[in-house]
Amino acid sequence: MTRKLFQWFDERLGAASFARKTLRKVFPDHWSFLIGEIALYSFIILVITGTFLTFYYVPSATTVVYHGPYRPLDGQQMSEAFASVMRISFQVKLGLLFRQIHHWAALVMVGAVALHAARVFFTGAFRKPRDLNWVLGVVLLTLTIGIGVFGYSLPDDLLSGTGLRVIYSIVLSIPVVGTWLAFLVFGGAYPPPDLLERLFVLHVMILPGAIAAVLGLHLAMVWRQKHSNYPGKGLNDGLIRGERAWPRYAFKATGLFVAVFAVLALLAGVFQINPVWVYGPYSGYIASSGAQPDWYAGWLEGLVRLFPAWEFRGFGYEIAEPFFPGILLPGVFFTIMGLWPWIERRFTKDQRIHNVLQYPREVPLRTAIGVGAIAVVVMLSIAGGSDVLASYLGLNIEAATKVMRALVIVVPLLAFAVAYLIARELKQSGVHPVRRSSMLTVRRAPSGGFVYEEVERGGFKSVEERLEEAHEAAGGAAGGAAGGGTDLEEQHA
Amino acid sequence: MSDEQHEGPSGDGGPAGPTSVEGPVGEPSLPPEVERRAARWIGFALAVSMLAAIGLFVSYVLGNQVQVQGVLLALALGGIAMALIMWAKKLFVPEVVTEERGDHPAGERELEAVAAAAAPGGEAIARRPFLARMLGGAAGLLGLSVLLPVVRSLGPSPGRSLFTTDWSRGALLVDEFSRPLKASDLEIGSVATVFPQGFVGSESSMAIVLRVPQGLLNLPDGRDADAPDGVVCYSKLCTHAGCPVGLYEKLYYQLQCPCHFSAFDVLNGAEPVFGPAPRPLPQLPIEIDDAGYLRAKGGFTATPGPGFWNRGSGP
Ligand code: HEM
Ligand code: FES
Repeated sequence: MTRKLFQWFDERLGAASFARKTLRKVFPDHWSFLIGEIALYSFIILVITGTFLTFYYVPSATTVVYHGPYRPLDGQQMSEAFASVMRISFQVKLGLLFRQIHHWAALVMVGAVALHAARVFFTGAFRKPRDLNWVLGVVLLTLTIGIGVFGYSLPDDLLSGTGLRVIYSIVLSIPVVGTWLAFLVFGGAYPPPDLLERLFVLHVMILPGAIAAVLGLHLAMVWRQKHSNYPGKGLNDGLIRGERAWPRYAFKATGLFVAVFAVLALLAGVFQINPVWVYGPYSGYIASSGAQPDWYAGWLEGLVRLFPAWEFRGFGYEIAEPFFPGILLPGVFFTIMGLWPWIERRFTKDQRIHNVLQYPREVPLRTAIGVGAIAVVVMLSIAGGSDVLASYLGLNIEAATKVMRALVIVVPLLAFAVAYLIARELKQSGVHPVRRSSMLTVRRAPSGGFVYEEVERGGFKSVEERLEEAHEAAGGAAGGAAGGGTDLEEQHA
Repeated sequence: MSDEQHEGPSGDGGPAGPTSVEGPVGEPSLPPEVERRAARWIGFALAVSMLAAIGLFVSYVLGNQVQVQGVLLALALGGIAMALIMWAKKLFVPEVVTEERGDHPAGERELEAVAAAAAPGGEAIARRPFLARMLGGAAGLLGLSVLLPVVRSLGPSPGRSLFTTDWSRGALLVDEFSRPLKASDLEIGSVATVFPQGFVGSESSMAIVLRVPQGLLNLPDGRDADAPDGVVCYSKLCTHAGCPVGLYEKLYYQLQCPCHFSAFDVLNGAEPVFGPAPRPLPQLPIEIDDAGYLRAKGGFTATPGPGFWNRGSGP
């Protein structure tokens, strides 16, 4: 049966040898490699749920009067866009669930992408030959944040409207070309007549198309270069160790995809997200200070809040304030990130090809820089919610802002120093941070005396490691037996 | 059987240990007892999934309960996910393979070969440098001639639109429901959002009018006369990034922007006193007509709203 199938395709495409190589392709296995997969699966789920939403969403600012099952807004004026989101939420079967899955998946995807980038950074996976793919990754990160921000603005509710106003002003502030650029990108002075139509095309065509294209290249490169390995016994840059694609890996990967979908469905069902009917429709002259962007835009919001009121004027022209926190600083951040493999190479002079990863503790300086950068982003995100924080702590907003301005610089420096010292200490002492090297147990021997045993304490161990151990324990006996042994172990773990 | 199978450094006699542990894939070699237990759990997970899916059908009939549907969908998916993962972990024997990474980088000989393959074409092109440049030029010109109009028609020319508002001499100040405002409607401490009559909702003209004790006002450039009886009117567009400046701190006579908390001193010409806003809110000169209504004496004292490159060429 399968033979027939293969034959059918092989006669037409000559696909048999490709299929064989694919089925037997080796995938290194480690929990940290699953983060990129989770990002990928979230993207697929976003496309599925988003396509569903496009059937009902209307990108139009035309004012309509709402009449629908949600009583509190009955008779209210709102944009057609907002009304269509109301319809999705209250009338379309599965509408609210899919809308909420879509939003949750967006939050999870950006988180997974960011964690994935951190994993790649801290393990040195961006070194040659993967430097090129790292650049694609940085492009994916910016595209992912962008698509999220635009999607957040589509419902045309009270909160998202003010965010758009700020984005418009940031584009407007770009030196020389900003005025024209804002008019061309958004279609006129604020509020532009067909803003929602533009955002819609960006959010459902241009950006997903771009992500799909770059992501395709990204995965093709992973495929071609083969995944890196963590250090292991007998491994070197010329070898790869892992599981074959078929069947165990394929079952696990498919299982992970369905599991991600399940978790998102649960989150979406149980935890309400972006209840726009509570916020109400957008109105140009009301802005509520409770407005909080989604978490991944918080650091940009924080930057815009904390940056001082600098504006440079001369010769009749000016560089307006929003340019610095809105364009320049994020631009510098992503540029440095994208060029990081080359920046590092300038110092290490390391031209070799690397397929074996490094542990963060092995490269204290890089690890400390990464921790510092993450601390900056975290502190800025906190600053993005400084009003909420201030009212929570009973501070006034001015005091909170001043404190945050200082903390955004001080905390990352501290984090850098602490990370550096810890990593260097671990590197020098050779102690594993999670897995304690060993532990002493005392056992009663059959003879009546006591036996002291050193027992390895469980930490994070890959299947390979456990297999290797089991194999060694079995004295290198038949593989099947060793495999069975580990499986039993897993069951009791 | 498999050409890429590699025996690994263990063959070199090093202490590296086994690099290839392979079980007969798909042929379970677990103790039957363990296998039976695993199979039971997988069956259970799949049964849960099926029941949840049937539950979803029922939920469509009964209504559109998002919590119920979310949990049911999660169970239906989760059951399948658990089954797949348990299947992989319990019923397939794990195997770990170590093999050569393969054929790249290709090495010197291949590099020579590819250079040789590219050479004839490259030389042929190099022989006609002028034509090659013309080809590039033609392609570029074609691209520009098609792209420029496309880009140009994306939006109107900014022109003077950023400098003009709908305010004119004598325009009545009306609230968001188009009701004209009397000076006597405003008590000390009260604020109102106003538009020029006939232009309610106009973003660039949006203004905020408030009354403060007249003696406290200290407006620059002798603009006190434009704030009769302590009724003063400012643009409502934040000079930082254009949010509506909607909060009024009566105690301090400060207008605050809810977006990034810029604060403007109402008594002193709405100079920014805190936050990222770099310029004061432009003032709208107003007067009180014979019937007691508020009217504009002209446009704003400066271009309202956030900054931009050529803002200096405005009024
Ligand atoms: C749309 C977002 C992204 C998706 C869906 C995605 C997906 C993946 C997947 C599935 C893998 C293989 C599994 C793994 O190593 O985790 C991978 C590998 C990789 N990704 Fe991404 N990725 C994304 C963004 C990024 C970003 C932001 C970076 C870095 C800035 C990056 C850099 C890399 C690198 C260098 C590898 C090779 C890792 C190795 O072989 O060790 N990716 N990506
Ligand atoms: S828009 Fe007002 S402070 Fe930023």
